[in-house]
Amino acid sequence: MAEFTHPRTRIARPANDGPLAIEVQDLNLWYGKFQALFEVDLQIKSGIVTALIGPSGCGKSTLLRSCNRINERLGYVTTTGMIRVLGHDIYAPEASRIQVRRQVGMVFQRPNPLPLPIRDNVLFGYRLHHAGRSSRGEEDALVESALREVLLWDRVKDRLHQKATTLSLEEQQKLCIARLLPTKPTVLLMDEPCSALDPAATAAVEDLIWDLRGNYSILIVTHNMAQARRASDECVFMLMGRVVEHSATEDMFVAPQRRETSDYIEGRFG
Amino acid sequence: MTSDPNKDSAGPPPKPASPQPASPGPLPLRHAGHHEWATALDHRDRTWWFDCIARLAVLGGGLSAILFIGAIFVFIASQGIDFALHHLNWLDFLFGKRWEPTVEPPEYGALPLIMGTCWITGVAMIIAVPLAFGAAIYIGEFARGRQREWLKILIELLAAIPSVVWGVIGLQVMKPIIQHVFGVQVGLNVLNAGIILGLMAAPIITTIAEDALKAVPETYREAAEALGASRWQVIWKVVLPHARPGLSAAVLLGIGRAFGETIAVLMASGHRLMIPESVFDSAATITATIAAELGEAAHGSEHYQVLFVLGLLLFGITFGINLTADWIVRGRRSRA
Ligand SMILES: Nc1ncnc2c1ncn2[C@@H]1O[C@H](COP(=O)(O)OP(=O)(O)O)[C@@H](O)[C@H]1O
Ligand SMILES: [Mg+2]
Repeated sequence: MAEFTHPRTRIARPANDGPLAIEVQDLNLWYGKFQALFEVDLQIKSGIVTALIGPSGCGKSTLLRSCNRINERLGYVTTTGMIRVLGHDIYAPEASRIQVRRQVGMVFQRPNPLPLPIRDNVLFGYRLHHAGRSSRGEEDALVESALREVLLWDRVKDRLHQKATTLSLEEQQKLCIARLLPTKPTVLLMDEPCSALDPAATAAVEDLIWDLRGNYSILIVTHNMAQARRASDECVFMLMGRVVEHSATEDMFVAPQRRETSDYIEGRFG
Repeated sequence: MTSDPNKDSAGPPPKPASPQPASPGPLPLRHAGHHEWATALDHRDRTWWFDCIARLAVLGGGLSAILFIGAIFVFIASQGIDFALHHLNWLDFLFGKRWEPTVEPPEYGALPLIMGTCWITGVAMIIAVPLAFGAAIYIGEFARGRQREWLKILIELLAAIPSVVWGVIGLQVMKPIIQHVFGVQVGLNVLNAGIILGLMAAPIITTIAEDALKAVPETYREAAEALGASRWQVIWKVVLPHARPGLSAAVLLGIGRAFGETIAVLMASGHRLMIPESVFDSAATITATIAAELGEAAHGSEHYQVLFVLGLLLFGITFGINLTADWIVRGRRSRA
């Protein structure tokens, strides 16, 4: 398991290949009267893993949840500014939340499979959009490829009809990633996906995330500095609702530009 | 600057050497100055006594509830058991079509009452369940904050309307409406009683169904919405299936409520001792028959006793319904 402690090999990518995965412009967000995000500007490149770090309560989850508009279900959230996903303004009046969420999948802090069989969990998102139009064979193929992609197929292929909640936490979290894939998202948001897992499971899920890199643009929140350092291409440091620094991961950890960043990375607060 | 405004007022002089400030602390020392450390060790402060008394009161309440139910059952059984075991022909009782306890020779066929109860309860549920589930879904899934609280209070108020008021509504409001709308002679019938009972049972079903919806973890809704489900898809595909045991229990308890209701059905059903053939026939229920006839039956007579047998039957049915509801809910808990 020693290999996990080393930074993963990073393939150099051209800086501007294709449109930006996520482009945030001047985003302000309020929970009721409480302002949680201040003038956030951010450009997340396609096909890489970007880690979002910062002390607890600085707005990482809030920013992440704005990117698929899941924040809106609270009913008391106000947002100003713009977020573009692959060039499309997701807060535009004509944008549909449902389409946004197909494009932008989300993995939560605690694995939250639905209380359904494993197979139905994988197909849940897909079936929402393909009511009655796909054969059993098609569905089987989708389930297999999604579960293979998260390296779960061999472990669960004989119990696809078992409730997903009977799986181990690691398997549940992988399943939660797998169920995003059949709708072919381009961006995956992950909010501390490993924080409920033990170290071995963390390493396994991290590996998986690293494998998905390239096919998807991944924005991952983590409070684990080691994880951010070894499993991300770029790093964004947030503090009190603002983005303080955004740079390549090596640069951020070796030579942070801002005093607050180095304080945080070295564990002086948060 | 005076730190203690009470010093100026004419009252008991301040205790000379008391180190305590005048303001009451969270744990008042009852013997300030004396036995201070003994007081500190004595844990029987006000909270302790309050705890003690509250525990006794709750225990007493619980025990007396059990005692009362037991006593009621014993009473009903003692009045009817002898007749039920030795004189009553159960086949005739359960399947006889004529309830003529005052004719010579008397007939104790309870089928018209059983069928009347079933018809009216059935109509009541057809009306109550969609209403109640609709209300529960609206309150649980769509209403927010203030609106939600108000709606819940309103539903509870609805549940608190006395049943005789519902009976009057059946008699004075529903009767002419039914006669007018359906062009029937008799306005006091299964439909009328069913509507009234449905409206009476709906608040209970709503309250319990709403609890069942609330018990579905928020993370399920969030997960489904993040996968691109609309609000209705979340409700149909996640919330309702998961809440199904609780919802069934809600319906069963509503049925239990409808079975047991007496005065409103007596007023609205027309109380005709025959098996109804359509919703426009008048009908009689088990409860209404007991209420209507117990006053006239001579104490200890056959008629009196057979009414208690009816009571036992009702007791058995509602008990069964409640147990089933309980079992469904419990079953889900232990499986989850
Ligand atoms: N649902 C909510 N309602 C009100 N305030 C919230 C809510 N969620 C988060 N907040 C507040 O917004 C701020 C940012 O929270 P969050 O984005 O969860 O931080 P992080 O994920 O970085 O720990 C915090 O001060 C938090 O108290
Ligand atoms: Mg968070």
